Amino acid sequence: MQPEKGRFGSHGGQFIPETLMNAVQQLEAAYESYKNDPAFVRELTELLQNYAGRPSPLYFAERLTRRLGGAKIYLKREDLNHTGSHKINNVLGQALLAKKMGKTRLIAETGAGQHGVATATAAAYMGMECVVFMGEVDARRQALNVYRMKLLGATVVPVTTGTATLKDAVSEAMREWTRRIDDTHYCLGSVMGPHPFPMMVRDFQAVISAEIREQALAAEGRLPDVVLACVGGGSNAMGSFYHFIEEPSVRLIGCEAAGRGIDAPETAATVNTGRPGIFHGMKSYFCQDEFGQIAPVYSISAGLDYPGVGPEHAYLHDIGRAEYVPVTDDEAVEAFELLSRVEGIIPAIESAHAVAYALRLAPTLPPENVMVVTLSGRGDKDCAAIARYRGEDIDE
Amino acid sequence: MSRLSDAFTGGKAFVAFVTCGDPDLETTRRVVLAAAENGADVVELGIPFSDPTAEGPVIQAANARALAGGVTTERILELASQLRRQTPVPLVFMTYANVVYSYGCDRFMSRSSAAGVDGVILPDVPFEEKQEFAPAARRYGVPLISLVAPTSGERAAAIAKEAEGFLYVVSSLGVTGERKTIATDLSPLMATIRRNTALPCAVGFGISTPEQAAAMGRLADGVIVGSAIVRLVEQYGKDAPAAVGDYVKAMKQALLA
Repeated sequence: MQPEKGRFGSHGGQFIPETLMNAVQQLEAAYESYKNDPAFVRELTELLQNYAGRPSPLYFAERLTRRLGGAKIYLKREDLNHTGSHKINNVLGQALLAKKMGKTRLIAETGAGQHGVATATAAAYMGMECVVFMGEVDARRQALNVYRMKLLGATVVPVTTGTATLKDAVSEAMREWTRRIDDTHYCLGSVMGPHPFPMMVRDFQAVISAEIREQALAAEGRLPDVVLACVGGGSNAMGSFYHFIEEPSVRLIGCEAAGRGIDAPETAATVNTGRPGIFHGMKSYFCQDEFGQIAPVYSISAGLDYPGVGPEHAYLHDIGRAEYVPVTDDEAVEAFELLSRVEGIIPAIESAHAVAYALRLAPTLPPENVMVVTLSGRGDKDCAAIARYRGEDIDE
Repeated sequence: MSRLSDAFTGGKAFVAFVTCGDPDLETTRRVVLAAAENGADVVELGIPFSDPTAEGPVIQAANARALAGGVTTERILELASQLRRQTPVPLVFMTYANVVYSYGCDRFMSRSSAAGVDGVILPDVPFEEKQEFAPAARRYGVPLISLVAPTSGERAAAIAKEAEGFLYVVSSLGVTGERKTIATDLSPLMATIRRNTALPCAVGFGISTPEQAAAMGRLADGVIVGSAIVRLVEQYGKDAPAAVGDYVKAMKQALLA
């Protein structure tokens, strides 16, 4: 799978300023030594169970299945985790590792605020200082999460440079890390950035596919035929795919945020519209202009509004192991509303991108097929924005 | 001897950085000439990038202004050719990996070489990843300048051994930008570098005053100043050449004193 350290085919690597190299190498060494350490694994497993509420259910969405009249649809309920998304899986792993490394301060970027909330939560739990960088545009459209982070004791720094969204928050967190390395761990929220982050975050999120595998076998006596997840940087998708990569019978589909459509400039569908590049520490696909300037991408979803994609996704795309499909704002909003009405589950607008593609795909598949859709997060945070999208102004 | 290594033979060298196209390429051209006439021994031409992760606020803003003004890699290569005909000062491109990668490494290095550019600095390409760019750089004789930092630790020796052109010594933690004081003790790092290479070393990041330049000049073979010059360009716009000229003259004097 990984012929060269930190590479996924030609993607990945460690394209970061010299000042950070030593910190990243120390992190890599610490992760390699702790990941198979029984005491560390036990401590993390207990945290995931008792604090985060794992395992998350694999729920048979019977009403949705009946309505669509095709494959049996199961929802992997990461939205039921503590803090309301899959982000907690990775954050507890990294925070525990950082603590073992003697770090006392966590910094993080956040788009929708889900990763920021998870990081602020872990910092509160472990008695660490926490600073979260968030694009000013995102802070405005995800005001509830900003308040949650502050409530949890974190400092939220609004980022006003560039497009004032997720990519700028990542850049600012990287800059902050170069300023302060000794006591600070950069808790990156997705399967991106320099090695070891793509591998480490994937490993921490792989619990999702480990559980899906076991739960699908228990419920259906076999592996799913299709696994669907939304992809921004791609951490919930990588976690959902990982234990099925070596199972060729399982179709893996990543749903990208197409914004106003892949032919419009207002899109964030990186695999569908980007080309190879080097940015934010990694070689991968990026939305960019002809001179390599990173494009100002757009999606209704602050969590998917990112011009790149994790290097392992780029690799899975290259070798044809996973498919990456574009889903527009309109489709995601319709899925957001439909799942709420039909199943009584309000998904995060990010996760609604995966639901939207399931709505399209399920009716084309036979009823004996089993489809798993990962609901990466819950949608409370999105209600005000969706109301605005529908022309209704509500007080949050 | 190359134009670049010659630049360090006349006493402590002053390396000036400018962001190309801020506020426009004609002003950049005149600023470079003014810097060279007033004692700059090397000029770094910054090719702006949309998301410069190693830069502080001053150079970030200059990058944004230049890109908003429509500057491109193509037009900056033309500027470099033009400058090469007007001044013998060594010119070094400083930009980010994606600008070069997207243009095509081979094509970028060949065009840079043809334009008379003397080196390329890529702050987001550390020693471990330089193979992505080094073969093309070598093919066209454009040295890929390595950076070394106080946090480089044991890697500093390896970086120094394989360095080309000159060594860019990062003064302290953090991104580019003026600092009131530079507290890092660079002597152990400089000692490691000196044991492993005979190439000249220039210290950069955070240097803006003549006192800082003099202090850093005692440790190294030259100093690099970016944000302070870019700030003058921001302040004076099209009238920046005179202001930058005066500033460079004062800094160079402090270095030679």
